[in-house]
Amino acid sequence: MVEKTLVVRMPQGLHARPATQFIKISQTFQSSIQVCKAAHCVDGKSILGLMSLAVANEESITLKIDGTDEKVALETLERLLTEGVS
Amino acid sequence: MSIFIQGTVASNGYALAEAMIYRGIEFELQAHEIKNTPTELHRLDEAIATSIQQVTALRNQTLESLGSQEADIFEAHIYLLQDPEFIGAIKNLIETQHVHAEFCVSKVTLQYMQLFEGMIDDYMKQRGSDLRDIGQRIIANLRKEPYGLTSLLQIPIILVARELSPSDTIRLDLRHVKGFITEEGGQTSHSAIMARSRGIPAVVGLSNLLENIHEGDLLLLDGVAGTVMINPTYEEQNDFEQRVRDFENERVGLMELKNMSSTTSDKHSIELAANISGLADLPSVIEQGAEGIGLFRTEFLFMNRTSLPDEEEQFEVYRQVAERMTGRPIIIRTFDIGGDKQLDYLDLPYEDNPFLGYRAIRISLDRPELFKTQLRAILRASHYGNIRIMYPMIATVEEVRLANQMCAEVKQDLIQQGIPFHPQIEVGIMIEIPAAALLANQLAKEVDFFSLGTNDLIQYMMACDRMNPHVSNLYQPFHPSILTIIKQVIEAAHQSGKWVGVCGEMASDPLAAQLLIGMGIDELSMNASQILPIRRMIRTTSFTQLQQIVKTSLSYATSDEVKAHLHAEFAKLQKNVN
Repeated sequence: MVEKTLVVRMPQGLHARPATQFIKISQTFQSSIQVCKAAHCVDGKSILGLMSLAVANEESITLKIDGTDEKVALETLERLLTEGVS
Repeated sequence: MSIFIQGTVASNGYALAEAMIYRGIEFELQAHEIKNTPTELHRLDEAIATSIQQVTALRNQTLESLGSQEADIFEAHIYLLQDPEFIGAIKNLIETQHVHAEFCVSKVTLQYMQLFEGMIDDYMKQRGSDLRDIGQRIIANLRKEPYGLTSLLQIPIILVARELSPSDTIRLDLRHVKGFITEEGGQTSHSAIMARSRGIPAVVGLSNLLENIHEGDLLLLDGVAGTVMINPTYEEQNDFEQRVRDFENERVGLMELKNMSSTTSDKHSIELAANISGLADLPSVIEQGAEGIGLFRTEFLFMNRTSLPDEEEQFEVYRQVAERMTGRPIIIRTFDIGGDKQLDYLDLPYEDNPFLGYRAIRISLDRPELFKTQLRAILRASHYGNIRIMYPMIATVEEVRLANQMCAEVKQDLIQQGIPFHPQIEVGIMIEIPAAALLANQLAKEVDFFSLGTNDLIQYMMACDRMNPHVSNLYQPFHPSILTIIKQVIEAAHQSGKWVGVCGEMASDPLAAQLLIGMGIDELSMNASQILPIRRMIRTTSFTQLQQIVKTSLSYATSDEVKAHLHAEFAKLQKNVN
């Protein structure tokens, strides 16, 4: 299990199109992925879950990833969230 | 007297036919306890699997018949039907509460719908209606009932519903549907757009519709006034038929003016042009006898898609418009993106005050690669017709100079590459920001023409959002300050030998149009359907008289006083004519 708190740098925040991008990537990993804002955690493979968090630009969120490919998953998703590249 | 309901016009026309009520699938808000939880979960899994199959088939069918943009709606539905949070929450409710699946689907769907409908972002709001569609489909499959309107209609009907979703209408045989009326929805709702594209009358936002209408009731749908009458009397039917005939006669009478000039009785000519958003608007522009295009809103080429249109794609559209307008002038306004017109693929930042923010020419000057691509496409198309360029949202002289400099650079590139364009292409600006209006005498030195965007000019002058019902009463086209500033702009342009048009809604309001003409406006641009009525008005008025009326109209303190004066003056003229 790996865990990291980071500040999202996406001009529109993590909703709509960026959220789709996020789950398209997260669903390729075997590991379970949780995205938490404050105390509220959602399934990082769910578009509805992610959009319901309504994460704005420069807000901090925590990724909790557990599974065989957890390290690669964390690196890839962090890059997407902070640099906008996948 | 029969029951009469007032709504909002979504698509023009008249219809008289029986009501067919479509209730769709209602959500189940009453929970029933169940004994066998695994069986219930299995029933849910089967219903979801069937739903995915159905939506996949719909997507493929839509892809063939309507194209990828419409099919994308169903693509998103497939994603949502497999969503772990959504489906997980439904399953969790069955497992922990031991209640029937229809209730759990309803409850979770409504929860998420509320969440999305409460969001600020328009895109997110629309996701609420997608969820409703999916939730209702799962419930229909749980009940093993058909979902969506599939029945073959035998007689002409008017379709009555709370709201129609894409799934409802996609397979509907429209030959017998004479009109739509719905309780919910606005002019941009799915059913409204579909009704317009098929040329069927539609009225939306009719409150208490389903309570008042029964299957088989005779309905009079007036898609001009936005009303529905239930079970009309004989007299009311006759009266309605008379209205339909008048509508037709009026149309025929106006069509006689199609090829006539827009000239007053004392030989003063105005150019009457049309506003368009794309190639789809051209047939009605030509049919309604427009003398040109006064505003081509190019941002619509950039919207509802996943990437920017490249130079070739833009060039192709502009060239076709140029060729089909056969020498008549076309004003192409460079994109007015930003504000309320967001583009996902540009990742524009969220703004608290989008109407005072990063939009239109401000983005163009900041992102030369986008702007120059568009200018290049427009300039290339200018070789094929009478094209003019117009910059939106100009506030300062520097902006015009910088835009013109970029335009000059693009021209230089085209010359070096030997690509033809119209070297003396006219360039103008929108006057919609008060600062620009007040500085019109300076701006006139930099451009060939002005076009007054009165909708935004009024909003910026009065500091009021006309869509906000709390302040929309301040949106006053006849406010003395508005009339004064418009007159100043026209005079400043004429002093420099430049011409001025209006492309806001004032251009098609008969009272305002007469004032504008009296002030010396050179061009009026409006929706194509308004051109012939305005032309008829112009042909029966006298320019000298309108000039007189303008002189006496600017000495009042309030909008109501100005309007009262105008009505009195025009009534006097009418009397003299008779």
